[in-house]
Amino acid sequence: MNSATTAAPANRAKRSPSLHRQNQWALWGSYSALSVFVVIFLVPPFYMLMTSLKSSAEISAEQGSPWIVHNPTLDNFIYLITNPQFQRFFFNSVWVTLVVVILSMTIAILAAFSLSRMGFKGSQLISTGVFLTYLVPPSLLFIPLFQIVGWLGLINNTWVLVLLFPTLAVPFCTWIMIGYFSSIPKELDEAALIDGANYPQILLLIFIPVAMPGIIAATIFAFTAAWGAFLYPLAYLYSSDQAVLTVGIVRELIRGDVFAWGLIMAACVLAAAPPVIIYTFLMDYYIAGLTAGSTKG
Amino acid sequence: MADGSTIMLDTGGPYNASNKQVRSLRKLSRRRSTAAVLLCLPLLVLVIGLEVYPTFYALLLSMMNRKMTEYVGLDNFIFMISRDSFQLVVFQSCLFAVTAVIMKAFLGFILAHLMHNIRGRNQRIWRGLLLIPWVIPLALSTLTWFWLFDPSYSAFNWTLNSFGLDPIPFLGTTWNARIAVIVVNTWFGAPFFMIMYLAALKSVSEQLYEAAAIDGAGSWQKLIFITLPMMRNIIMITVLFSLIVTFADFDIVRILTNGGPQDSTHLFATYAFTVGIQSGHIPRGASVSLFMFPILATLAFFVLRDVLKRNKEIAS
Repeated sequence: MNSATTAAPANRAKRSPSLHRQNQWALWGSYSALSVFVVIFLVPPFYMLMTSLKSSAEISAEQGSPWIVHNPTLDNFIYLITNPQFQRFFFNSVWVTLVVVILSMTIAILAAFSLSRMGFKGSQLISTGVFLTYLVPPSLLFIPLFQIVGWLGLINNTWVLVLLFPTLAVPFCTWIMIGYFSSIPKELDEAALIDGANYPQILLLIFIPVAMPGIIAATIFAFTAAWGAFLYPLAYLYSSDQAVLTVGIVRELIRGDVFAWGLIMAACVLAAAPPVIIYTFLMDYYIAGLTAGSTKG
Repeated sequence: MADGSTIMLDTGGPYNASNKQVRSLRKLSRRRSTAAVLLCLPLLVLVIGLEVYPTFYALLLSMMNRKMTEYVGLDNFIFMISRDSFQLVVFQSCLFAVTAVIMKAFLGFILAHLMHNIRGRNQRIWRGLLLIPWVIPLALSTLTWFWLFDPSYSAFNWTLNSFGLDPIPFLGTTWNARIAVIVVNTWFGAPFFMIMYLAALKSVSEQLYEAAAIDGAGSWQKLIFITLPMMRNIIMITVLFSLIVTFADFDIVRILTNGGPQDSTHLFATYAFTVGIQSGHIPRGASVSLFMFPILATLAFFVLRDVLKRNKEIAS
């Protein structure tokens, strides 16, 4: 036993230079392989950005490499920002997303608090059911929903998105929040109860502050789901004043066979900017939200 | 009522509690569970009203005639199965989902391993760059891919041309279009797999590898006997989950090919959209998307089983 423990460090010391070199090689190998992948994966965003800076004259001239801009111009962006139709799309996207995020998070937090802490008959069943509904894709439901939305008189009305988008966000957000709330030690709320706190106080003063990382992750998820959704707005909104960015760009900026690619790509850049900006600042929360579905809850 | 009893104990309760106190506590707990149900109510209304009910309503709809006045039994389903274009949809959906998920899982696995070799701050930057495809709204990035594939002045064909190769009609022929659709889905989804696998890799204890190294295991053996078994559950969950999402995918095909050429790239979702919303035959559209249901339900069952199993593992 004694000899083994003394032999081990000596052995490690002898082997470590070669191990170190081996690791160094693995590191450089990883870096070079990853750079190739990064270049490949970033081709579309790069091309999106490049095209958005080109004038239609440059695109239709078909001269030189299409990968780079020869005469960069901001005309496309200026045109879009001052275009009332595009302003409309952007404004619709912003208010719909805001309302949906607030609504979804309220529903999810209340339900998660109740399901993880106040436990009633059937709460386990509901939690499982919530996860199952997260697995129901919108493409399974959009046709019956077309009829239901029709009865409600919401066809071609942006409010239809406020009604339907929470179905994309709430199940997953509830699932994440149940996970975060369950990880808060029971002693904490029992102590609060003894001190005379009621349930609203426990939720507002203990659970929400403690589970803030989870709330941010869930909010980002709800935001991304509502901002990027394509099927529901495409199916239920047909006039351009009701459209949101995704359908607006795909449908309204492409007129017949005339593709004003510089303009379309500039619109894509503007529409992709909010999620990308949020992502650059809150990357860790974003990733926590991605992995939370199967590692937490 | 585990909570209730601990509270009673903490307040020094049950031994000297009078009947009155017990009754009021019972009332309290009843009131509490009423409040609990009330807090869940918005969720239940949303899920039942906009997910459960539409599913059953779809069943009813799919058995009606075009004007939705008469009950026609399974005619819509039988009609669909007998159509060549629908058989193509079934084939293409399975091909698309299975191939794309295998590609995503494979690429994601490689990327996660490469990423795992890099530690600390640098990993954050590289991971951040690779996750960008997942962050851009899919409809918009697919539009960019459409522009990359453009036959007249496409960036890809220009590049091929500059190497002296013939241009490729990326979206023009059946198999090219099928491959293009799979490539775009792989591009979009591989970063998600990378993140999931990376999280799993990080949770594998370093000591296991050290022990294996002492026993003389090579890197291939470490992969087969340590990494894969430890990641098994996450791999299963991610693959099953991705199969559901990919199978029900809409955005990519709708924008890139809109089902063409000759309906050869339609998936269930895009075909249902064409039949149900664009041609206005709602019952048939409903029947098309309902064909997905048994497959999705089976996959969902396995996802749920694995997720619950994993939760139990984490809890214990």
